[in-house]
Amino acid sequence: MSGQDAVPEPVIARPGKWRFALAHAHSKIGWERMARRAVVPLVLLAIWQYASTVGFFDPSFVPSPVSVVTSWWQWIFGPRSELAWYSGTWLNYVYLSGWRVLVGFAIASTVGISAGVLIGWFELIRDMLDPIVQGLRPIPMTAWLPFATFIFGIREGAAIFLIAMGSFFPIAVSCTIGAEQTPKNLVRAALMLGTPPRKLLVRVVLPSALPYVFNGLRVGLGIAWVLVIVSEMLAVKGGIGYAMWTAYQFVRIDLIIAAMFTMGLLGLVSDRLLLLLSRRLLRWNTGLRAR
Amino acid sequence: MEHGTAGALGRSAAGRIECRSVRKTYRDAADGTEIVALDGLTLDIEAREFLTLLGPSGCGKSTLLNILAGFERPNSGKVLLNGVPIERPGPDRGVVFQDYALFPWLNIQQNVQYGLREKGMDKAESSTVAQRFLAMVGLSGFERRFPHELSGGMRQRVALIRVLAIDPEILLMDEPFAAVDAQTRIILQEELQRLWMQTLKTVVFVTHSVDEAIYLADRVTVMTARPGLVKAIVPIELPRPRDSTSDAFNQYRREIAQLIEVESRKVFAAAAA
Repeated sequence: MSGQDAVPEPVIARPGKWRFALAHAHSKIGWERMARRAVVPLVLLAIWQYASTVGFFDPSFVPSPVSVVTSWWQWIFGPRSELAWYSGTWLNYVYLSGWRVLVGFAIASTVGISAGVLIGWFELIRDMLDPIVQGLRPIPMTAWLPFATFIFGIREGAAIFLIAMGSFFPIAVSCTIGAEQTPKNLVRAALMLGTPPRKLLVRVVLPSALPYVFNGLRVGLGIAWVLVIVSEMLAVKGGIGYAMWTAYQFVRIDLIIAAMFTMGLLGLVSDRLLLLLSRRLLRWNTGLRAR
Repeated sequence: MEHGTAGALGRSAAGRIECRSVRKTYRDAADGTEIVALDGLTLDIEAREFLTLLGPSGCGKSTLLNILAGFERPNSGKVLLNGVPIERPGPDRGVVFQDYALFPWLNIQQNVQYGLREKGMDKAESSTVAQRFLAMVGLSGFERRFPHELSGGMRQRVALIRVLAIDPEILLMDEPFAAVDAQTRIILQEELQRLWMQTLKTVVFVTHSVDEAIYLADRVTVMTARPGLVKAIVPIELPRPRDSTSDAFNQYRREIAQLIEVESRKVFAAAAA
């Protein structure tokens, strides 16, 4: 980015690039810190494994870490067969869940950012749309499930509708706040510099609301993962949520745990990708944060 | 349009402002009462003059500036620029804000380019012009910095050249140096004076500082406490650049400080009542 190394550093050190975005922006992760961060999880795993080995846990209720990993391994790499849903299906299920989240979240982002910014900026649009948003928002997302299933049937549509609806609200609300917070003087500065009023939305309001937009997107994405599990348990076939529910019915606790970790992993990776994008686009904002 | 570094900067022909019986009232946000910010203010600002507005807090200096900028409309009265009513903001009147109002998502060069691009200048040309202006205020090499990476003084320089770059007829400055430290303030005043002497634009400069007003102005306009009116206009007949330690400067200082003090006491008395 800034190739002006001959110039003395002015006030604040320049923020990190891709490397730092994966962890905390303000610190390097050295080996020592890596080790420090790994201590507690490893100790917990060891205790779990030890307790299973000495028979402290009933293996039919709480499987050992090794048996979870073994089942997970088979779920991922095992041979596929018509009869064994727990063998070799993992990647396909990840794909199904990921695809549903992606489509639902993409719809929610597009509609949510546009609606949110417009509601926050134009009084007319606020007066017309805000009652709908505020009126539907208190309905818990899971309460939409029977309705969605009734309308869309046990199909993709039900899951995607639910995910899109659920992540729409936090995105829209956050964008509304962001647009409302546009500093008056920046709008005045733009007008003074010759920006026509109809272009203010794109030139000033949207960029100024961007930190709020990303905030909303991250919350929305989290909700999308919650809802994909819910809808896969009840409304659609295939996917990690579906696998989890099936595992429950076959009393395969090891696979339930494997599915849980899978979800955690997917949530983490997708959130970090979004964070990476936001660090990239909000480079101008990094120096303003306390952390 | 031509953008030279000296002399050729000021191409604008006129820049004469007339305020006739300008009245502006606000509704107080807290208790809904009507506040009269300006009560029939009349003032002429000559083309290419440097006019400072000086007065106690809340006397309507900033309100007047906002009306001249076109950000606000008076309730009654006329405000004319070269005989034409001012109705909205526009690039013929460049505004320098106290809080800089730089776009935080644009780097320094993009901030300076912004107005040029709005004028329809292409990327390459506006980039050349922006770099020339950055060089004028000693900010070469900072093109790709973001505003938050710069000190207050640097940011205010950027805010100043951002409007100088679009070559407005009028420069409206609302306590532009109030937020920077005292040493930087002196340097910025000198720089502004130098740029003004090169460009000879009409400048309306709001300040709290008597010294700053005398140092910069052709005429110092002292305003009354709210509701704002013109109390006195003091022409400063000193050669530039001015020596703020000279006897003549001190006489102006004494005269204007006395005018202000009377008004400030009124504000204080009103608050106590």
